[in-house]
Amino acid sequence: MEFMGFLILFPFLAAVILACTKNDGVRKVVVYTSSAVIIAVAIYFSVTRLVSGQAVSYLESTEIIDIIMLCGEVFLMILIVVLSFKHKRLFPALLSIVQTGFILWFELFSDRSGVSEATHLFCDRLTVVMCLIVAVIGSLICVYAVGYLRDYHNHHTEYNDRRPFFFGMLFVFLGAMFGLIFSSNLVWIYFFWEITSVSSFLLIGYTKTDEAVTNSFRALWMNLLGGFGFCIGLIYAELVLGITTLQQLVTCGQSTVIIPVVLLAFAGLTKSAQFPFSKWLLGAMVAPTPSSALLHSATMVKAGVYLLLRLAPVMSGTWAGAMVALVGGFTFFIASVLAMTKSDGKSVLAYSTISNLGLITACAGVGAIQTVWAGVLLMIFHAVSKSLLFQTVGAVENTTGSRNIEDMNGLIKTYPALATAMGIGIAGMFLAPFGMLISKWAALKAFVDADNIILIMCLAFGSATTLFYWTKWLCKILARTPKKALPNKTSANQWCSIGAHTVMMILMCLTFPLIAKYLLQPMLADIYGKTVGTVLSRSDMLIMIFMLIAFAVIPAVGYLVTSRVKVSKSKEYIAGINTGDHENFIDSFGDRKYMNLSNWYFVNSINEKKWLYFSNWGASAIIIICGIVAIGGVL
Amino acid sequence: MKYTWDIVRIIVYIICAPLLGGLLAGVDRKVTARMQGRKGPSVLQSFYDVGKLFNKEILTISRVQYMYVWCFLAFVIFTGACFFGGFDILLVFFALTTAAMFFVVVASIANSPFSRMGAMRELVQMLSYEPMLILVAVGFYKATGSFMVREIAAQETSAIMYLPGVFVGLVFILTIKLRKSPYDLSTSHHAHQEMVKGITTELSGGMFALIEITHWYENILLMGVVALFILNCHWWSIIVALVVVALVYFLEILIDNTCARVKWNVMFKTAWGVTLVFGTINILILQYLMK
Repeated sequence: MEFMGFLILFPFLAAVILACTKNDGVRKVVVYTSSAVIIAVAIYFSVTRLVSGQAVSYLESTEIIDIIMLCGEVFLMILIVVLSFKHKRLFPALLSIVQTGFILWFELFSDRSGVSEATHLFCDRLTVVMCLIVAVIGSLICVYAVGYLRDYHNHHTEYNDRRPFFFGMLFVFLGAMFGLIFSSNLVWIYFFWEITSVSSFLLIGYTKTDEAVTNSFRALWMNLLGGFGFCIGLIYAELVLGITTLQQLVTCGQSTVIIPVVLLAFAGLTKSAQFPFSKWLLGAMVAPTPSSALLHSATMVKAGVYLLLRLAPVMSGTWAGAMVALVGGFTFFIASVLAMTKSDGKSVLAYSTISNLGLITACAGVGAIQTVWAGVLLMIFHAVSKSLLFQTVGAVENTTGSRNIEDMNGLIKTYPALATAMGIGIAGMFLAPFGMLISKWAALKAFVDADNIILIMCLAFGSATTLFYWTKWLCKILARTPKKALPNKTSANQWCSIGAHTVMMILMCLTFPLIAKYLLQPMLADIYGKTVGTVLSRSDMLIMIFMLIAFAVIPAVGYLVTSRVKVSKSKEYIAGINTGDHENFIDSFGDRKYMNLSNWYFVNSINEKKWLYFSNWGASAIIIICGIVAIGGVL
Repeated sequence: MKYTWDIVRIIVYIICAPLLGGLLAGVDRKVTARMQGRKGPSVLQSFYDVGKLFNKEILTISRVQYMYVWCFLAFVIFTGACFFGGFDILLVFFALTTAAMFFVVVASIANSPFSRMGAMRELVQMLSYEPMLILVAVGFYKATGSFMVREIAAQETSAIMYLPGVFVGLVFILTIKLRKSPYDLSTSHHAHQEMVKGITTELSGGMFALIEITHWYENILLMGVVALFILNCHWWSIIVALVVVALVYFLEILIDNTCARVKWNVMFKTAWGVTLVFGTINILILQYLMK
């Protein structure tokens, strides 16, 4: 238990130190040591917990901590109100005041005598998985951020250098995430949930441009809206049902538990940027890359799907589950269609994140054992590969000045190491036999077993669109232009993080059968409270291993075989107007012109605004209708 | 040993598929020619062509193209081996996607307009047929309760009795997969390609020969999927399956010779439309019946 407390509190301490550190050298040391400590402690804690195997819960009486949290809530509310009024936005302030008002009334004045004391901290294997994701990936991103932000501020001298604040917020966020995943008490989870919302808000607005301010307030009100649902849900759960912890919520057998479940699921949907709440994630891309990587792809949005995965057993077969599954599947498909239309690297990554979260959401909504298995696997692989991709895109942007995919033509020649890391990240997102593909395969099987035709359709069509935009991008970076390799401008700490991610990615693919057998299988038993049959049969596992071997061996053999063959270099065929330098052609006036070969973006066929408009209405309809039927069915 | 027959089938596939595939390509050209009122080349012409190509000089933009061609070939063989070895059909289709990706990458490496446009069109083709392929696997699972090819082929009744709609959908997208008019957007065997040779523009000599051989392997795999709809535990189903495969391939040749190439929007809309109508409704009915 001490480890859990340490992991929650230590990042806050590091945040305070970093907020006061103006010197870059000192900051580096603090960040590196804090990250190393967090990773070491988290790994030690995770290994001991996995070995001992039991789910544990701690901390029954917590009056002092509860009071501190209440003060924290009020502080957050004051912060939000002040900033909202400063920037003339009333809605977030309103949401915050109403929510905090409810919580204050609930904590101080409501009759909570009918509730038995329950534990506040909890740890099972799913907690361990989340702990590793947050600790390892989160800390590595903080290390990456040191070098990245130095380059960022060298390039963007128009922005104020607020790095003490930025790093402080990064570690505040890490502490809040640990708090969220280790807590089982609903009020505690709510408190840490709100901290993540506020830190996301503050980090998006880092550059203080008009666009950043607008997008940060959008993120704030959307997340606060979810938090409001969470607040009402937890109040209902305790006052009407006597439930104080998430675990009690899942195992409670009464039909009225669907009401807090729907509300908590709603909160999960907003945090994970599902339609109609996707705009905040897309707008969050204005923030510097480390915050995009940390908050908006690898960790914070995982809090939303983590909550949904926890609720999966109780959502299964209910209207709440239908709501979540339909929104998830719909989001998966629409977001992947829209990703085909973007050429800005971070926009593609944002849509891809929303899309993958949609798939995990759909898996949670269906709530079957196989889908939860697939959802957790997706979550793990997505966290690593998306974080890797954001970091490489950020490094490319700092190095070349552009994050547009069209400008990454031939990256394998100019910056081979970055391109390779990026390629591995892209391959990890959609190719067999990498982890994401295995999860999609398991999810599809589970959807067919659940007889859910809509989700099957979403997955079938969404897979097609997904492969389109990733392969496009891969082709662009693998192009062989006549350029030579340019000197590396990415700092060592960025490479440390990118390299670690790449190694993790490859290791996870190679050890996937072990992960499935020793981590995921027992985790399912924890979540469902009973022993479950193996999700992946032995012959399936065998084929996966064969494919992995094939994927490793075939290119290597191919390289050896084809490197001896005699080939002649030639020019491209351009109907006789070739200049011979592989990049230009002779136009009709006889002048040299650069040959611009762009990817396909469906510019004339897919109108992003229109699609977003109809998708937001469609998803809202799903939430409203299913939510009303779910709640109305038990009232 | 449990896997003996699987391994035998895999070895037979690896050795015979290019021979059968080349023969199929030759028959294709003969029948096409007869439809067009010509005499047509010998049925073995495709082998002569590939042999000639191996003797020609290989011109590349970059040496690494050859490596990707090899990867494409190896992955298609691997995929076919998985299918004929009787393994999971969903994985087979996902592996086929990976293999197809290598083909797209080969063409994108060159800074050549025709090659790149061909690669983009190939991606749109993949976008069009991929959902139906996944629904084929889903359909087989719903109808037979298994994703494993060896179990699907050993059922009491042929899968097509449960999956007529899915079968129609598969034959429809087969036109795209086999690169037949009206859906031969990225590259074509015919001479009317407005993008020169499209995705294969920058491939020559031995590399182009390997692409041809890869397509033979892929075609045999696709015909195998068609046959899977017919195969059941009785011995005579093999004969019926071969007849059906021949009929389907003849149908594709007929479509090829009677339809003009369409624009990508038409290909995309018709493919997704057929997938939605035939694939979804068939599976929905199956879900209802199987309850």
